[in-house]
Amino acid sequence: MTIQVKFFASMRDLMGDDQSISRDIVEQQGIQTVDDVWTYCAQGKEKPSNVLIAVNMDYVDGQTQVKAGDEVAFFPPVTGG
Amino acid sequence: MHIAINSEPFDPWQVLNDYQNEKSELQGKYGATAVFVGTMRDFNEGDDVSEMFLEHYPGMTEHHLENICSQATGEHQLLDSLVVHRVGVIQPNDPIVLVAVWTAHRKQAFEACREIMEDLKSKAPFWKKEQLNDGQNRWVGKNTKGY
Repeated sequence: MTIQVKFFASMRDLMGDDQSISRDIVEQQGIQTVDDVWTYCAQGKEKPSNVLIAVNMDYVDGQTQVKAGDEVAFFPPVTGG
Repeated sequence: MHIAINSEPFDPWQVLNDYQNEKSELQGKYGATAVFVGTMRDFNEGDDVSEMFLEHYPGMTEHHLENICSQATGEHQLLDSLVVHRVGVIQPNDPIVLVAVWTAHRKQAFEACREIMEDLKSKAPFWKKEQLNDGQNRWVGKNTKGY
């Protein structure tokens, strides 16, 4: 089982991942919260204070627990309309 | 209620006319229609903008637009609502968003149309990247205040 992680807009640029917005991480010991997912994926990059987070397409905060099969997304403040 | 994400240019007035004409159940029931159309400017924050790319989060964007319209429907007794939003490459003067609501009376229509628009701008996952005339590009960091 895996957790699918997506980065959008400037967060994707921050991650240096211009070609892909999605990556899967294999569930492993030590990843319990959304913040743990960021730490695992960001390779030392600090999480911006204004980042928005969604799990399974609903807004959450960094302390939210994650589980196998979840879709976790990180993105900047929204600017539609 | 109808939500649409368009990757191609659209004429909001044609879409509105077609939608309303197809809704036979609305005929004779509504006394007010409030409409908001957002259009791309060729300037932002003091710079000339030549083009824009609008990104969204497929699935979550539609999910939140439906939630926003459902909430407004309950709060303002909407008879119907319509939201159409562009994504992809957009040129100045292109329509970006259409919000329309139908109600029995004008108060609910004005309030609901504005609430949907403000909620869209603060909750629906869209992001704009501007191409400036000087060749630079940048993500838009925040929306202008609506109130």
